[in-house]
Amino acid sequence: MNLTLKVWKQKNKDTRGSFETFQVKGISSEMSFLEMFDVLNEQLIEEGKEPIAFDHDCREGICGMCSMYINGRPHGPWHGTTTCQLHMRAFKDGDTIVVEPWRANAFPVIKDLIVDRRAFDHIIQAGGFISVNTGNAVDGNAIPIEREKADQSFAAAACIGCGACVAACKNSSAMLFVSAKVSHLALLPQGAPEKKTRVMNMIAQMDKEGFGACTNTGACEAVCPKEISLENIARLNQEYLGSSFTSDKV
Amino acid sequence: MALTGVSLIAFLVVHVGINACIWANDDGAMFNRAAHFMGATVVIRILEVGLFVGIILHIVQGLLLEFENRSKRSIGYQVPLGNRGSKWYSRSMGLLGTLILLFLIMHIYHFWTPSRLGGIGNIHELGTTTIDGKEYHDLYREMVIVFQSLAIVILYVLGCISLAYHLMHGFASAFRTLGLHNQRYYRIVKGVGNVFSIVVPFTFAMMPVSIYLGWIG
Repeated sequence: MNLTLKVWKQKNKDTRGSFETFQVKGISSEMSFLEMFDVLNEQLIEEGKEPIAFDHDCREGICGMCSMYINGRPHGPWHGTTTCQLHMRAFKDGDTIVVEPWRANAFPVIKDLIVDRRAFDHIIQAGGFISVNTGNAVDGNAIPIEREKADQSFAAAACIGCGACVAACKNSSAMLFVSAKVSHLALLPQGAPEKKTRVMNMIAQMDKEGFGACTNTGACEAVCPKEISLENIARLNQEYLGSSFTSDKV
Repeated sequence: MALTGVSLIAFLVVHVGINACIWANDDGAMFNRAAHFMGATVVIRILEVGLFVGIILHIVQGLLLEFENRSKRSIGYQVPLGNRGSKWYSRSMGLLGTLILLFLIMHIYHFWTPSRLGGIGNIHELGTTTIDGKEYHDLYREMVIVFQSLAIVILYVLGCISLAYHLMHGFASAFRTLGLHNQRYYRIVKGVGNVFSIVVPFTFAMMPVSIYLGWIG
């Protein structure tokens, strides 16, 4: 199939970007969206032009690197899918596809479609971990965990930190991401010792990074490639409110 | 937002209950007695102060939240996500709130000011009526007079529609913000919220409509 692509081009974070139009020919419906971009980039290199910069890594939907906002939706038209898992059969011959980077002040554009998502790393560094003293590795099954809690925790842990939630939210809020990371650990006994400080520190860092506040619109849940539930945001609120009143931190 | 929102929802229940007395079709006797009770009881007057504080806090928090959140994305999208991820009214709480605020200014001017401050300076004073030998402010007559104008009736109905959509999102959202994460209870709250946000504003809207069309009074 032949397609017209309108892609955001931006030299670096200090320059102003704009849309550029590209034509790609002979795209197979079996190709992934990123493979279509590979074809386009090869074509641009052969023409002596600069290829389009975009993030990608595992190309199997688990690393959270790909981050394209395709035709008005993070990761494109398919539900519960990352950009790398999106296939060209989602489009028709002759389609015009608009590809933009994630838009949020907390995620500045580095180049073309690549945004700086270190804000997420800083949030994780603020509390998205458990502290384990050195020593022998403990048997994983030594601590009994309720099956239901383990399942909920696993569902939250599926968050790959791609940032689609921030990209989709009208407030550029990172609450779905933070709630997934907090829920993942708060539901497990291993997360209990640092439960209160974790949520307080992660929320403080989230605000510091310049993300907006959640107004429960649900856009994040609708576009999340890992289908992280809004239920986690409510749990995060409960954890935060509880910790605010009972934490010893002043 | 959530705490003030829930307290304002509680106020709506009282307000709609009292006002529904106009349908007793007793020329406003029951309604005037209820309105008198609300105006003359000390505890309720103190709660009224709390209500005004709640409304002002809700407005200030709402405006701060709206402007703060808007500042988080300097460059918007060429193709917006639109309704594919969320409901339009969930994204328009600021706008709906502003419409409700404009409505409230008109509403307070029509009824609260004459009822509480009537006679002070140039403020229009309510007439009186005698029920069972006792004199009451005739707030019911005031409603009948105000709702003779079609334009005002339309503005009231539009205010109620704004309220309905505001509640459609706000009711359940408040509980999420307060930490309700059990899916079963959340579904119940969402269902109750949807019914509440239709029934209460509809009941309010029917008051000016009933009076204008002469169904009562």
